[in-house]
Amino acid sequence: MARSISFSEAVNEALTIAMAADENVILMGEDVAGGAQVDHLQDNEAWGGVLGVTKGLVQRFGRDRVLDTPISEAGYIGAAVGAAATGLRPVAELMFNDFIGSCLDQLMNQAAKLRYMFGGKAEVPLTIRTMHGAGFRAAAQHSQSLYALFTHIPGLKVVVPSTPADAKGLLLTSIADNDPVVFFEDKTLYNVKGEVPEGDYRIPLGKADVKREGRDLTIVAIGKQVHTALAAADTLAAQGIDVEVVDPRSLSPLDEDTILASVAKTNRLVVIDEATARCGVAADIAALVADKGFDSLDAPIKRLTGPHTPVPFSPILEDLYLPTPTKVIQTVAELLGDSSIAAAVS
Amino acid sequence: MSMVQTAKPVLTHEKALWMYRKMVEIRRFEDAVHDLFAKGKLPGFVHLYAGEEAVAVGVCAHLSEADSITSTHRGHGHCIAKGCNLDGMMAEIYGKATGLCKGKGGSMHIADLTKGMLGANGIVGGGFPLACGAALTAKRRGTNQVAVCFFGDGANNQGTFHEGLNLAAIWKLPVIFVAENNGYAEATPFTYASSCQRIADRAAAYAIPGLVVDGKDVVAVYQAAEEAVRRARSGEGPTLIECITYRNYGHFEGDAQTYKAKEERKRHLEELDAIVRFRSYLLDGGIATGEDLSRIEEEARAAVEQAIQFAEESPLPSPADLFDDVYVSY
Repeated sequence: MARSISFSEAVNEALTIAMAADENVILMGEDVAGGAQVDHLQDNEAWGGVLGVTKGLVQRFGRDRVLDTPISEAGYIGAAVGAAATGLRPVAELMFNDFIGSCLDQLMNQAAKLRYMFGGKAEVPLTIRTMHGAGFRAAAQHSQSLYALFTHIPGLKVVVPSTPADAKGLLLTSIADNDPVVFFEDKTLYNVKGEVPEGDYRIPLGKADVKREGRDLTIVAIGKQVHTALAAADTLAAQGIDVEVVDPRSLSPLDEDTILASVAKTNRLVVIDEATARCGVAADIAALVADKGFDSLDAPIKRLTGPHTPVPFSPILEDLYLPTPTKVIQTVAELLGDSSIAAAVS
Repeated sequence: MSMVQTAKPVLTHEKALWMYRKMVEIRRFEDAVHDLFAKGKLPGFVHLYAGEEAVAVGVCAHLSEADSITSTHRGHGHCIAKGCNLDGMMAEIYGKATGLCKGKGGSMHIADLTKGMLGANGIVGGGFPLACGAALTAKRRGTNQVAVCFFGDGANNQGTFHEGLNLAAIWKLPVIFVAENNGYAEATPFTYASSCQRIADRAAAYAIPGLVVDGKDVVAVYQAAEEAVRRARSGEGPTLIECITYRNYGHFEGDAQTYKAKEERKRHLEELDAIVRFRSYLLDGGIATGEDLSRIEEEARAAVEQAIQFAEESPLPSPADLFDDVYVSY
């Protein structure tokens, strides 16, 4: 039965289910419990992550399985890789995806490559949970969305959920997967609520979800931008423009078929990604459709992305950085060559 | 820090012969790879372990297949000491389908997880966290398995050295960090690149034991590792052992080794050779007979020849193998 819970609670629920089902599942990360070896601290008072996403897990599973690590990303992310290769199924938290600069080797050269490099004789059942996304006033080193970087690397799977229900089902699949998965959680989505089924259910990686069906135009949106796209689609519907919104949910593997089928139906494509445009996911999806869906297109593909800048701190600037429903509508107006659409909402 | 001296015979006949066999296998294997590379038989580039045999063998003598090791780009010796199959290793270095990694890893990535060999590693310092992870698995499961991280003096200046040792120390992980200080990181002397006198000195920063041994004395290495492995198996945490050693060849094949003094090379190759020293030790101590050792030498020679023949006659990977084991194909 589904009930409405937050994105954060959905992630917590998936972790609880996975840990209860398999003793080999452990959590590792900076303050995933918090307050290690502090005598007066009761487990129920422990942080459970800087934003409380893993709260309560240490009470249930103990500090042997909810491991607070030093601030030492290369050390513990690498240890998670080694533990995975030798039989555990770790879920390691890289608090902010921006910190990948401190431990990229462990994912890029170790986790991603062991299976291939060793001729299929090693498995790395590792899940890296990491926060991404702008809009939190967290500034340039805590706000990026770096999934394109990981998608570029063969040997890593990349998941970017947009809803609580997807987060839970995709995280359970990711943990059960025998290969390394980088699981992105937009920190500004943690308090967003949605219907989430009870119990264990799995959403396959590489299966996009059509979040809204439409005939006139396809918007492919990544992570939180699915919500931006849906808001814009509501406004555009009032003007008689019927938008289809496709959420890839995982970037590697990428569900090419669903994207191509949607464009084959609507003949127009906008891709929304808050990350920067160059060599990004939006460029990759645009290239896919230009390559394999060219005959379907009635108009050039449009991309709406963040600008080629670091994420600024000042709220007025950060708000300018991010895609918005208004920007989506302007992009759609350009695509359709109909300025009256944008004028109607400005 | 302490100097371990070679003591009275500490090895059983059986263990001693196993150690001699592994050392000779490594030397023969590396000398053969040297020749094969010079003949243009091998793709890519290779880093040879000849000269450092006492380290891998003295340590691995205490390990079973259930124990894990992480290795370096100079990994052939670790593979052999940990029980990897010579045919599969040589085929891997040839890039053949029958290689331990089906020809997809090569010299720098030979691995055999069924033997607890978690891979040679092309990244200097790549092994510290991985070994901690293997030790974490053992600790979590309550086994008495240990993990050994072999690393060179070059890796002791990497950040992962600090992160790995710190993590192992705070979690009391069953890890033994074995430094193979051969004096040069590529062409740069250890004395230039490291701020410490000895790598083992750095153990003090993590409040773990650190010791220095003559890494060309396999009995000294064996004794130092014995205590470190005992500590690890009994839950007392990690140890750092620095083995002072020397590589007989260059950093990679084709290295003219201009940075090494002629006298130094001559002394190491002619006077301090680890295998010659161990041979004398075994004979002088009456632990083995000349016949025993000659037989082992002959068998090692034959095993390496067999490995070369196996590699030469093995098929290349098929084009479709390119796409295997990468999880996601487009």
